[in-house]
Amino acid sequence: MNLAWRDIRHKLGRFVLTCFGLSLLLSVVVMMAGIYRGQTSDALALLRAIRADIWIVESGTLGPFAEASSIPGDTREMVARINGVVEAGSITMQNVQIERSGRKVRLQVAGYEPGRPGGPIHLVAGREITRSHYELIADRQTGLAVGEMIHLGRNDFTVVGVTSGVVTLSGDSIVYMTLRDAQQLQFDLAPSATRREAARGAQRTQTDFVNAVVARLSPDVPPEEVAEIMRRWKHLSVLTGTEQEVLMTRTVIERASKQIGLFLVMLTIVSAVIISLILYTMTMDKIREIATLKLIGAPDRTIIALIVQQALMMGVIGFVAGTVLVYLFKNNLPRAIVMLPSDIATLFGLVIVICLLASMLGVRAALRVDPGRALVG
Amino acid sequence: MAANTPSQPLVEVKGLSKHFGEGESRVDALRDVTISVEAGEVVGLLGPSGSGKSTLLNAIGSIIQPSEGWMRLDGEVVYDNRWLSRDLRHMRLEKIGFIFQTHNLLPFLDATDNVAVVLHLAGVPRGDAIKRSEALLDYLQVGHRKHAWPSQLSGGEAQRVAIARALANRPRIILADEPTAALDSVRAGIVMDLLRKLAVEQQAAIIAVTHDDKIFDRFDRIFHLRDGRLDDGGDQL
Ligand SMILES: Nc1ncnc2c1ncn2[C@@H]1O[C@H](COP(=O)(O)OP(=O)(O)OP(=O)(O)O)[C@@H](O)[C@H]1O
Ligand SMILES: [Mg+2]
Repeated sequence: MNLAWRDIRHKLGRFVLTCFGLSLLLSVVVMMAGIYRGQTSDALALLRAIRADIWIVESGTLGPFAEASSIPGDTREMVARINGVVEAGSITMQNVQIERSGRKVRLQVAGYEPGRPGGPIHLVAGREITRSHYELIADRQTGLAVGEMIHLGRNDFTVVGVTSGVVTLSGDSIVYMTLRDAQQLQFDLAPSATRREAARGAQRTQTDFVNAVVARLSPDVPPEEVAEIMRRWKHLSVLTGTEQEVLMTRTVIERASKQIGLFLVMLTIVSAVIISLILYTMTMDKIREIATLKLIGAPDRTIIALIVQQALMMGVIGFVAGTVLVYLFKNNLPRAIVMLPSDIATLFGLVIVICLLASMLGVRAALRVDPGRALVG
Repeated sequence: MAANTPSQPLVEVKGLSKHFGEGESRVDALRDVTISVEAGEVVGLLGPSGSGKSTLLNAIGSIIQPSEGWMRLDGEVVYDNRWLSRDLRHMRLEKIGFIFQTHNLLPFLDATDNVAVVLHLAGVPRGDAIKRSEALLDYLQVGHRKHAWPSQLSGGEAQRVAIARALANRPRIILADEPTAALDSVRAGIVMDLLRKLAVEQQAAIIAVTHDDKIFDRFDRIFHLRDGRLDDGGDQL
């Protein structure tokens, strides 16, 4: 006769509701852990989509994903002339906000030169950009379909192709357009003062600058050697693909992950507090029954088992349901959620430990209960 | 089983006192109570409300701690101005069947399992426990309610289930706090007969609190409590 299960069965509806609430809470914890891991995969997906062996960025900066970088537009030609470089392309990156069916949507606009590195890798619908102006390739996540028009800056763009699988670190979806269009857009969206100065030719003009140049090398040339040659140029920083990946994970992801990590820790603490409260109240509701059990001679271990087993059942059911919930919905979320078995196992262990610790509160109270309590009123 | 010779009473209480609270609010619930009950004996405890009847049963049943005195249960000195037994609850499980004034059934177990739970705690296999519990319920004429939840039982039915629970482990000492209060005279008679039978067959000592003059004739002796004091050594009936 399992008293823990009998008691639960007697108040099944309440237990199910409690477990459901707990599973929602724990699903957020699992999701946070998934997002934490997903950041790395998101970021690397973004980098790997470009498949660059060499990144050329503004001197002293860490590349277009980490911070603003601006280099002269003719850099690409210099890069292309280096021995071992098979192809090179200029790229720009900027955030824009558009209005779609009444909602504001943030997009990352990537400018590239069609036919050169930096563009979308594979299309799931439509075609490549063929005209030099006002055509767009959108990531599937934007929800844009081939043939749709969107207004960006001063111009209307037609979606000609759809790609998939790439988001920015902040979770924004990406659209690709030609470098020229992107530069024009940067200029259009710049503060008006900058624009006026640019028009007077005082500073950078609209077409002079790009954010980075990416290059692909022939397979028999070590990227490090080519990078070494380019590092002699002033005002430019050169990163190999590997360096860029390491940088990305170290700086950008670290910064973002710290926030998510903090959330994760706080959520875990909140969950622990809530689980403790639930378990404590569950025990307190049973004080009279526990006193009765003591009256009829039940040993402490029976009473401890009653409380601890219920705590574990709740923890296990809540966690499994929460994890399944995340698993079912992870593809409908804007961010990549990566559920590593080892992470799930760690969190599961953590939840069990929390449940055990939390049930100790109830156990302590239960063991102190005077059996005579059962005889009062 | 403890070394219990026929001459040694199953329940022996000497100079037992219990007070609640201190100073102005002090209540002397028991004053210097001495009582002994032999195996096979059914004794009644009589007295006005607040005279200390429940307190005496609870003290013998080790549910409340006496203030001073001496107690021997089934050959084992359990109290000598302090508890001597290491595991009172285990002693209670083994030796004492308690029928409480409030019946205290576990709300999450049905009638049968409320009885079977003490057998379960004592390590009796489930099948045997259920069989014995159902037999007891049948005997107490609540067999037809064996699958009912405590909340669905009438006061009298609940009390009989509680009696079955107290008897399930075949304890040698049965303490009953108004076991027939919620029963009609026919069923009260059945319960008293059962207690009598138990006392004789299992050589058990039974102490029952009662207000019910219809069942006075079922007792071997009756003790009167007044203001926590026992009037005499018990009227021989
Ligand atoms: N836990 C307690 N704290 C304080 N006083 C108590 C407590 N339990 C009992 N008393 C007091 O001790 C006295 C004896 O109480 P007891 O319950 O033994 O009476 P009783 O004879 O069983 O009465 P009844 O017939 O009403 O059940 C009463 O005055 C009661 O108020
Ligand atoms: Mg009483």
